[in-house]
Amino acid sequence: MAARPSDPTRLARAAIVGPPFAWLLLFFLAPFAIVAAISFGQNAPDAAPPVAMTGTARNYAFLLSDALYVDAYLSSLRIAAIATVLTLLIGYPMAYAIAMAAPSRRPILLMLVILPFWTSFLIRIYAWRGLLSEHGLINALLRAMDISGDPGTILGSEWAIYLGIVYAYLPFMVLPLYAALEKLDRSLLEAAADLGARPWRAFLSITLPLSLPGVIAGCLLVFIPAVGEFVIPDLLGGTETLMIGKVLWDEFFTNSDWPLASAVAVLMLLALLAPIALYQRLRAREFGGS
Amino acid sequence: MKRFPLAVLAFGYAFLYLPIATVIAYSFNESRLVTVWSGFSTKWWSALFANEAMIDAALLSLRIAFVNACAATVLGTLAGIALARHPRFAGRSIFVALVIAPLVMPEVIMGVSMLLLFVGLERHIGWPERGFATIAIAHITFSMAYVAVVVQARLADFDRSLEEAAMDLGARPFAVFRSITLPLIAPALVSGWLLAFTLSLDDLILTQFVSGAASQTLPMAVYSSVRLGLNPQINVIATIVIAISTVGLVASALLLRRKRRA
Amino acid sequence: MTDAAAPPLALSVVGLRKKFGDVTAVADVSFDIGRGERLALLGESGCGKTTLLRMIAGFERPDTGRILVEGSDITDLPPYERPVNMMFQSYALFPHMTVARNVGFGLVQEGVARAEIERRVEEALELVRMAELAERRPDQLSGGQRQRVALARAIVKRPKLLLLDEPMAALDRKLRERTRLELVELQRRLGIAFVIVTHDQDEAMSMASKVAVMDRGTIAQLGTPTTIYERPRSRFVADFFGSANILEGEAAGRLVRCPALGIDIKTDHAADAGDGRRVGVAIRPERIALSTHRPEGADNAAMGVVQALSYLGDRSICHVEMAPGLTLRAAIDTRHDQPRPGHGDNIWLAWAARDAIVLGD
Repeated sequence: MAARPSDPTRLARAAIVGPPFAWLLLFFLAPFAIVAAISFGQNAPDAAPPVAMTGTARNYAFLLSDALYVDAYLSSLRIAAIATVLTLLIGYPMAYAIAMAAPSRRPILLMLVILPFWTSFLIRIYAWRGLLSEHGLINALLRAMDISGDPGTILGSEWAIYLGIVYAYLPFMVLPLYAALEKLDRSLLEAAADLGARPWRAFLSITLPLSLPGVIAGCLLVFIPAVGEFVIPDLLGGTETLMIGKVLWDEFFTNSDWPLASAVAVLMLLALLAPIALYQRLRAREFGGS
Repeated sequence: MKRFPLAVLAFGYAFLYLPIATVIAYSFNESRLVTVWSGFSTKWWSALFANEAMIDAALLSLRIAFVNACAATVLGTLAGIALARHPRFAGRSIFVALVIAPLVMPEVIMGVSMLLLFVGLERHIGWPERGFATIAIAHITFSMAYVAVVVQARLADFDRSLEEAAMDLGARPFAVFRSITLPLIAPALVSGWLLAFTLSLDDLILTQFVSGAASQTLPMAVYSSVRLGLNPQINVIATIVIAISTVGLVASALLLRRKRRA
Repeated sequence: MTDAAAPPLALSVVGLRKKFGDVTAVADVSFDIGRGERLALLGESGCGKTTLLRMIAGFERPDTGRILVEGSDITDLPPYERPVNMMFQSYALFPHMTVARNVGFGLVQEGVARAEIERRVEEALELVRMAELAERRPDQLSGGQRQRVALARAIVKRPKLLLLDEPMAALDRKLRERTRLELVELQRRLGIAFVIVTHDQDEAMSMASKVAVMDRGTIAQLGTPTTIYERPRSRFVADFFGSANILEGEAAGRLVRCPALGIDIKTDHAADAGDGRRVGVAIRPERIALSTHRPEGADNAAMGVVQALSYLGDRSICHVEMAPGLTLRAAIDTRHDQPRPGHGDNIWLAWAARDAIVLGD
């Protein structure tokens, strides 16, 4: 390699890297600094914008001492975690089945998983609102099977939120899992069988550990956005289920308390810092570089 | 295929598609109730096309989506090239982090922070006014990340020696890019553009935060209507959106495949 | 078939057939291998040799036919219940396990006690001289080291039969030659019979006690390397195994009339087909002697014109045009005291009757 790149090369690199870098610094990174700053301000309903920069940690003290907010944080993490596990349980067999299908069939099977992702998120959640309502298809089915008398309404329960998250985020789970499973060298499984491993043990000792990067990536792709999910708890969940994304939304739009909403956002971001950093590391490895 | 994978796939695809199928079916329902079938009718279709607020919202969304897709494709392509072809430059790890983060960042966080930036900018330099511009900027910021990933994957896929051969034959870097790299990543650009367009057309949360009072996009209109209850007109919109995105995705998949074979 | 007194055969394959869709991969193959024997399945890609090996390992089910190992039928057993182990072409080392865990994997499946596993893994790694690297991961090893780990993993369970799928394909040439000898040496010590699949005839000849040349799903000829080289039965084998000039003629007792060459070729054996039938005659290039004058007392001699000379270092190949459209190749050694024919020279070719091999088909 040349000791130092020539000037035209540097210029070209600056022209390539510069615009997206500047854009992301200005419109993605800088806003976080502003949010952090405003989270130490105070609500000023009569001002425009309704913020007074007082430099207090009052918002944080309030959020951490009020049971409602603490509950909302904890239940967001819990709901997102449970929904992630459910998505994995459905997504893994699907990704596995697609990866084991004949190579000529895989693209179409994969496209069928991606297609719903391309159709409106809002509309897909809306669909479940109809299906889960009191007189909807799911209840009709449950009644027809007559499992436990009146099933009640799923809409408005925590189960509806799980269902919504699993449904909306399934493609994000299947894609990285498929990528990991498809790369898996089949001769490794043959070698395991040759050495005496039954199919189930070969799966546990070879397939599963080798698909772990896909499992982690898929889980993070579901878990992180699900923690801050707003549409799903709002349209499918009930009033008793609090998720932090909805709390933030309400503080902002209903109570117009921008500093408090900012503090909610900062705390949410702090809680997600570790998983986001982990996801970053997984992806950055793919991109290579130093 | 063996029985177990077949059953898994049948269950999985039924789960993915049955809700969508019911939405489409009920757009042709006679009744106002979206849960009871009472006969075929296209009256909700005519009702939607007479709904001016909805039509206006859709037109605004399409305009934003178009501007967004073009800008995000340019910026995202540059970012993708930077990721795939420039292994070292000052601040690369920050750059990588900034490209990846929008893919997972909860939208409410991005929404609040961008709005606060826009408000601050407007106060200090008088720009941008909330509406079309702020929505477009917000959409570009997260959809360029998706384009960047698509372009990076394509670049990582193709044989570096093609570019080296062009250079060996005397092509300067820009000529190499124009005559070799660009044609080869063109399918990725097309699918990146379509992806950015769709993401923009679909976005609710970010838009709601940065839009200001005057502008209402299609998802905002749909959302406020859905909050009030089920409405067959929404089913009609859903059917149209599903039809358009299916055609778009199938077209881009076919394009990608043909190019790969060529 | 299995006499109680005689030791059973290591492997017995009876009438194996396998089709993939419309394509016949293996068509009615039968053979036996005695204990401690080394069989090479040799052929071009697509000849069915790998499918045959994979059927013995249990990865493919034969359409018909039986596979017996030491007298017991394993045809219907899944791979994980067969007493055979395979060394994969790609080595198929588990990337997430250390060398020691890779080698111990098969013993863990058998439920062997941990102390016993440790002992046997160490022993196997000693055998392939990899004991010091037991805690490395596969991606920290060189190609040759990986191959030795794969070998240790395949022998640690003391299989009744060892299967080797192109074991040298991933090694460079120097290492290949050394490894061949080591593998045979190791096999002699352990006494395990093996089947090796290869497309490299040097490998087949130097490693195997028996070679099966395969062609389009069948075994074209099975025998010792010497037999196959000295007495190939068909044009395919003669041409594929080593290099040969093949002439067309008509059988007449111990002669083959060859009008293209203008002589009757003397041989030391009669054609199986009988007089008057069309047969081929194979002559190895290195068995042809060149001289500027008509050789005295040669069984067969003919004259031609030197067309080209390709220098290969250890020998040269002289292309001699005998008649329009008929060129024979003769190998000449490159010692400096040997005369070097020049382009356009008239030259005599001579070969012994025993080096003219009559080919059935």
